[in-house]
Amino acid sequence: MRNLFAASAGGLFGTGLLLSGMTDTRKVQGWLDLFGDWDPTLAFVMGGAIVPMALAWQLTRGRAPILGGRFPTRPDPVIDRNLVIGSVLFGFGWGLAGLCPGPAIASLTYGGWGGLVFLVAMLAGMVAAPLLRRRLDSDPAVV
Amino acid sequence: MPSDWIWALAGGGLIGCAAAMFLLVNGRIMGASGIVGGLVDGSARSQATERLWFIAGLIGVPAILALLMGGAQTWLTGNLAVIIAGGLLVGIGTRLANGCTSGHGVCGISRLSLRGILATVIYIGAGGFSVIVFKHIWGIA
Repeated sequence: MRNLFAASAGGLFGTGLLLSGMTDTRKVQGWLDLFGDWDPTLAFVMGGAIVPMALAWQLTRGRAPILGGRFPTRPDPVIDRNLVIGSVLFGFGWGLAGLCPGPAIASLTYGGWGGLVFLVAMLAGMVAAPLLRRRLDSDPAVV
Repeated sequence: MPSDWIWALAGGGLIGCAAAMFLLVNGRIMGASGIVGGLVDGSARSQATERLWFIAGLIGVPAILALLMGGAQTWLTGNLAVIIAGGLLVGIGTRLANGCTSGHGVCGISRLSLRGILATVIYIGAGGFSVIVFKHIWGIA
Protein backbone atom coordinates (compact mmCIF):
# COMPACT_ATOMS: atom_id res chain seq x y z
CA MET A 1 0.00 0.00 0.00
CA ARG A 2 2.80 2.41 0.91
CA ASN A 3 4.36 1.81 -2.49
CA LEU A 4 1.07 2.31 -4.33
CA PHE A 5 0.51 5.67 -2.64
CA ALA A 6 4.16 6.65 -3.14
CA ALA A 7 3.84 5.97 -6.89
CA SER A 8 0.53 7.86 -7.01
CA ALA A 9 2.04 10.87 -5.24
CA GLY A 10 5.01 10.79 -7.62
CA GLY A 11 2.68 10.56 -10.62
CA LEU A 12 0.49 13.41 -9.44
CA PHE A 13 3.59 15.50 -8.67
CA GLY A 14 4.97 14.84 -12.16
CA THR A 15 1.63 15.70 -13.78
CA GLY A 16 1.55 19.00 -11.90
CA LEU A 17 5.15 19.81 -12.87
CA LEU A 18 4.50 19.13 -16.56
CA LEU A 19 1.15 20.96 -16.80
CA SER A 20 2.25 23.97 -14.75
CA GLY A 21 5.29 24.70 -16.92
CA MET A 22 7.92 23.88 -14.28
CA THR A 23 9.72 21.56 -16.71
CA ASP A 24 9.95 24.35 -19.32
CA THR A 25 13.35 25.98 -18.75
CA ARG A 26 12.31 29.11 -20.69
CA LYS A 27 9.44 29.72 -18.31
CA VAL A 28 11.61 29.06 -15.24
CA GLN A 29 14.32 31.44 -16.43
CA GLY A 30 11.63 33.97 -17.37
CA TRP A 31 10.26 33.74 -13.86
CA LEU A 32 13.69 34.13 -12.27
CA ASP A 33 14.36 37.13 -14.51
CA LEU A 34 13.08 39.45 -11.78
CA PHE A 35 14.84 42.55 -13.10
CA GLY A 36 14.45 41.82 -16.81
CA ASP A 37 11.43 40.69 -18.81
CA TRP A 38 9.74 39.07 -15.79
CA ASP A 39 7.18 36.33 -16.44
CA PRO A 40 5.10 36.04 -13.23
CA THR A 41 3.12 32.89 -14.13
CA LEU A 42 5.18 30.41 -12.10
CA ALA A 43 4.30 32.29 -8.91
CA PHE A 44 0.85 30.72 -9.37
CA VAL A 45 2.45 27.26 -9.18
CA MET A 46 3.89 27.92 -5.74
CA GLY A 47 0.63 29.56 -4.61
CA GLY A 48 -1.50 26.70 -5.92
CA ALA A 49 0.71 24.11 -4.23
CA ILE A 50 0.97 25.78 -0.83
CA VAL A 51 -2.80 25.98 -0.21
CA PRO A 52 -3.58 22.20 -0.18
CA MET A 53 -0.33 21.54 1.68
CA ALA A 54 -1.13 24.10 4.39
CA LEU A 55 -4.49 22.33 4.91
CA ALA A 56 -2.67 19.00 5.11
CA TRP A 57 -0.37 20.30 7.86
CA GLN A 58 -3.46 21.39 9.80
CA LEU A 59 -4.90 17.87 9.47
CA THR A 60 -1.76 16.29 10.94
CA ARG A 61 -2.49 17.78 14.38
CA GLY A 62 -3.26 15.10 16.92
CA ARG A 63 -3.26 12.40 14.26
CA ALA A 64 -0.93 9.80 12.77
CA PRO A 65 -0.31 8.99 9.09
CA ILE A 66 -3.05 6.75 7.62
CA LEU A 67 -0.60 3.93 6.85
CA GLY A 68 1.09 4.11 10.24
CA GLY A 69 4.26 5.63 11.61
CA ARG A 70 4.60 9.22 12.71
CA PHE A 71 4.47 12.58 11.02
CA PRO A 72 7.86 14.22 10.49
CA THR A 73 8.80 16.40 13.43
CA ARG A 74 9.35 20.09 12.94
CA PRO A 75 13.05 20.74 12.33
CA ASP A 76 14.86 23.04 14.76
CA PRO A 77 14.54 26.59 13.44
CA VAL A 78 18.31 26.80 13.12
CA ILE A 79 19.67 28.84 10.26
CA ASP A 80 23.06 27.28 9.67
CA ARG A 81 25.75 27.93 7.12
CA ASN A 82 24.88 24.79 5.13
CA LEU A 83 21.32 26.03 4.55
CA VAL A 84 22.54 29.41 3.27
CA ILE A 85 25.48 28.19 1.15
CA GLY A 86 23.47 25.26 -0.23
CA SER A 87 20.54 27.47 -1.23
CA VAL A 88 22.87 29.96 -2.94
CA LEU A 89 24.54 27.17 -4.96
CA PHE A 90 21.16 25.64 -5.82
CA GLY A 91 19.81 29.01 -6.97
CA PHE A 92 22.83 29.59 -9.22
CA GLY A 93 22.36 26.20 -10.86
CA TRP A 94 18.59 26.64 -11.18
CA GLY A 95 18.97 30.00 -12.92
CA LEU A 96 21.80 28.72 -15.10
CA ALA A 97 20.00 25.68 -16.54
CA GLY A 98 16.35 26.27 -15.58
CA LEU A 99 15.74 22.89 -13.93
CA CYS A 100 15.31 22.04 -10.25
CA PRO A 101 15.35 18.41 -8.96
CA GLY A 102 11.66 17.46 -9.39
CA PRO A 103 11.34 18.67 -13.01
CA ALA A 104 14.78 17.23 -13.88
CA ILE A 105 13.47 13.77 -12.97
CA ALA A 106 9.93 14.23 -14.33
CA SER A 107 11.23 15.29 -17.77
CA LEU A 108 13.56 12.29 -18.16
CA THR A 109 11.60 10.79 -21.07
CA TYR A 110 11.11 14.02 -23.03
CA GLY A 111 14.12 16.11 -22.01
CA GLY A 112 16.47 14.60 -24.60
CA TRP A 113 20.19 13.91 -24.09
CA GLY A 114 20.76 17.25 -22.41
CA GLY A 115 18.18 16.39 -19.76
CA LEU A 116 19.87 13.06 -19.11
CA VAL A 117 23.28 14.71 -18.75
CA PHE A 118 21.77 17.27 -16.35
CA LEU A 119 20.24 14.47 -14.26
CA VAL A 120 23.52 12.52 -14.09
CA ALA A 121 25.43 15.68 -13.08
CA MET A 122 22.78 16.44 -10.44
CA LEU A 123 23.05 12.93 -8.98
CA ALA A 124 26.85 13.25 -8.94
CA GLY A 125 26.46 16.53 -7.05
CA MET A 126 24.16 14.80 -4.57
CA VAL A 127 26.77 12.10 -3.96
CA ALA A 128 29.47 14.76 -3.52
CA ALA A 129 27.41 16.95 -1.16
CA PRO A 130 28.04 14.94 2.04
CA LEU A 131 31.80 15.31 1.45
CA LEU A 132 31.50 19.10 1.15
CA ARG A 133 29.22 19.14 4.20
CA ARG A 134 31.82 17.28 6.28
CA ARG A 135 34.53 19.65 5.11
CA LEU A 136 32.43 22.72 5.99
CA ASP A 137 31.47 21.26 9.35
CA SER A 138 35.04 20.37 10.28
CA ASP A 139 36.55 23.72 9.31
CA PRO A 140 34.88 26.71 10.92
CA ALA A 141 37.30 29.03 9.12
CA VAL A 142 35.96 28.19 5.66
CA VAL A 143 33.76 31.01 4.31
CA MET B 1 -0.55 33.11 -23.45
CA PRO B 2 -3.33 34.39 -21.17
CA SER B 3 -4.25 30.83 -20.10
CA ASP B 4 -0.71 30.13 -18.86
CA TRP B 5 -1.47 31.23 -15.34
CA ILE B 6 -4.50 28.91 -15.17
CA TRP B 7 -2.28 25.94 -16.07
CA ALA B 8 0.28 27.15 -13.54
CA LEU B 9 -2.36 27.40 -10.80
CA ALA B 10 -3.94 24.01 -11.68
CA GLY B 11 -0.54 22.31 -11.95
CA GLY B 12 0.50 23.87 -8.66
CA GLY B 13 -2.72 22.56 -7.08
CA LEU B 14 -1.86 19.04 -8.26
CA ILE B 15 1.66 19.37 -6.82
CA GLY B 16 0.16 20.49 -3.50
CA CYS B 17 -2.35 17.59 -3.50
CA ALA B 18 0.47 15.14 -4.22
CA ALA B 19 2.48 16.54 -1.30
CA ALA B 20 -0.61 16.48 0.95
CA MET B 21 -1.33 12.84 0.08
CA PHE B 22 2.27 11.73 0.63
CA LEU B 23 2.23 13.45 4.03
CA LEU B 24 -1.21 12.32 5.28
CA VAL B 25 -1.06 8.74 3.94
CA ASN B 26 2.63 7.80 4.03
CA GLY B 27 3.76 10.33 6.63
CA ARG B 28 6.56 11.60 4.41
CA ILE B 29 7.76 14.99 3.21
CA MET B 30 7.50 15.22 -0.57
CA GLY B 31 10.86 16.78 -1.31
CA ALA B 32 12.35 15.70 -4.64
CA SER B 33 16.00 16.31 -3.69
CA GLY B 34 15.61 14.51 -0.35
CA ILE B 35 13.87 11.49 -1.84
CA VAL B 36 16.43 11.03 -4.63
CA GLY B 37 19.46 12.26 -2.68
CA GLY B 38 18.84 9.82 0.16
CA LEU B 39 18.86 7.00 -2.38
CA VAL B 40 22.06 7.94 -4.17
CA ASP B 41 24.13 8.74 -1.08
CA GLY B 42 22.84 5.64 0.72
CA SER B 43 21.40 7.50 3.72
CA ALA B 44 17.86 6.17 3.28
CA ARG B 45 18.23 2.43 2.69
CA SER B 46 15.26 1.48 4.86
CA GLN B 47 12.84 3.51 2.71
CA ALA B 48 14.43 2.64 -0.62
CA THR B 49 11.46 0.72 -2.08
CA GLU B 50 8.92 3.42 -1.27
CA ARG B 51 11.21 6.05 -2.77
CA LEU B 52 11.81 4.06 -5.94
CA TRP B 53 8.04 3.73 -6.45
CA PHE B 54 7.67 7.47 -5.97
CA ILE B 55 10.32 8.10 -8.65
CA ALA B 56 8.72 5.53 -10.97
CA GLY B 57 5.46 7.50 -10.79
CA LEU B 58 7.30 10.81 -11.18
CA ILE B 59 8.95 9.62 -14.41
CA GLY B 60 6.21 7.31 -15.76
CA VAL B 61 3.12 9.49 -15.58
CA PRO B 62 4.64 12.58 -17.28
CA ALA B 63 6.07 10.19 -19.91
CA ILE B 64 2.55 8.97 -20.77
CA LEU B 65 1.10 12.49 -20.62
CA ALA B 66 3.81 13.87 -22.90
CA LEU B 67 2.94 11.16 -25.44
CA LEU B 68 -0.78 11.96 -25.20
CA MET B 69 -0.05 15.67 -25.63
CA GLY B 70 1.90 14.89 -28.78
CA GLY B 71 5.28 15.65 -27.17
CA ALA B 72 6.66 17.99 -24.56
CA GLN B 73 9.85 20.05 -24.45
CA THR B 74 12.12 21.35 -21.72
CA TRP B 75 13.92 23.81 -24.04
CA LEU B 76 17.11 23.08 -22.13
CA THR B 77 20.22 24.79 -23.52
CA GLY B 78 22.47 22.76 -25.82
CA ASN B 79 25.59 24.08 -24.09
CA LEU B 80 27.06 21.00 -22.42
CA ALA B 81 29.22 22.94 -19.96
CA VAL B 82 26.18 24.90 -18.77
CA ILE B 83 24.14 21.69 -18.39
CA ILE B 84 26.85 19.94 -16.36
CA ALA B 85 27.63 22.97 -14.18
CA GLY B 86 23.91 23.54 -13.59
CA GLY B 87 23.32 19.91 -12.64
CA LEU B 88 26.28 19.80 -10.25
CA LEU B 89 25.26 23.05 -8.54
CA VAL B 90 21.64 21.92 -8.16
CA GLY B 91 22.71 18.52 -6.78
CA ILE B 92 25.29 19.82 -4.31
CA GLY B 93 23.24 22.85 -3.26
CA THR B 94 19.95 21.07 -2.58
CA ARG B 95 21.61 18.36 -0.50
CA LEU B 96 23.74 20.83 1.45
CA ALA B 97 20.63 22.91 2.17
CA ASN B 98 18.55 19.78 2.81
CA GLY B 99 15.81 20.73 0.38
CA CYS B 100 14.75 22.23 -2.92
CA THR B 101 11.67 23.86 -4.45
CA SER B 102 9.36 21.05 -3.32
CA GLY B 103 10.82 20.35 0.15
CA HIS B 104 11.71 23.86 1.35
CA GLY B 105 9.32 25.68 -0.98
CA VAL B 106 6.04 23.75 -1.00
CA CYS B 107 6.33 21.67 2.19
CA GLY B 108 8.31 24.16 4.27
CA ILE B 109 6.52 27.44 3.51
CA SER B 110 3.10 25.78 3.99
CA ARG B 111 3.98 24.94 7.62
CA LEU B 112 5.59 28.37 8.08
CA SER B 113 9.02 26.83 8.64
CA LEU B 114 11.65 29.52 9.09
CA ARG B 115 14.28 27.36 7.35
CA GLY B 116 11.98 26.68 4.40
CA ILE B 117 11.03 30.33 3.96
CA LEU B 118 14.63 31.56 4.22
CA ALA B 119 15.96 28.87 1.87
CA THR B 120 13.28 29.77 -0.71
CA VAL B 121 14.06 33.48 -0.52
CA ILE B 122 17.78 32.73 -0.93
CA TYR B 123 17.53 30.30 -3.86
CA ILE B 124 15.07 32.50 -5.76
CA GLY B 125 17.35 35.50 -5.14
CA ALA B 126 20.42 33.53 -6.25
CA GLY B 127 18.46 32.26 -9.26
CA GLY B 128 17.56 35.82 -10.23
CA PHE B 129 21.19 36.88 -9.86
CA SER B 130 22.27 33.86 -11.91
CA VAL B 131 19.91 34.77 -14.77
CA ILE B 132 21.25 38.34 -14.80
CA VAL B 133 24.88 37.21 -14.84
CA PHE B 134 24.72 34.16 -17.11
CA LYS B 135 21.91 35.19 -19.47
CA HIS B 136 22.06 38.96 -19.72
CA ILE B 137 25.72 39.76 -19.06
CA TRP B 138 27.56 36.63 -20.16
CA GLY B 139 24.94 35.37 -22.62
CA ILE B 140 25.49 31.65 -22.07
CA ALA B 141 22.37 30.50 -20.19
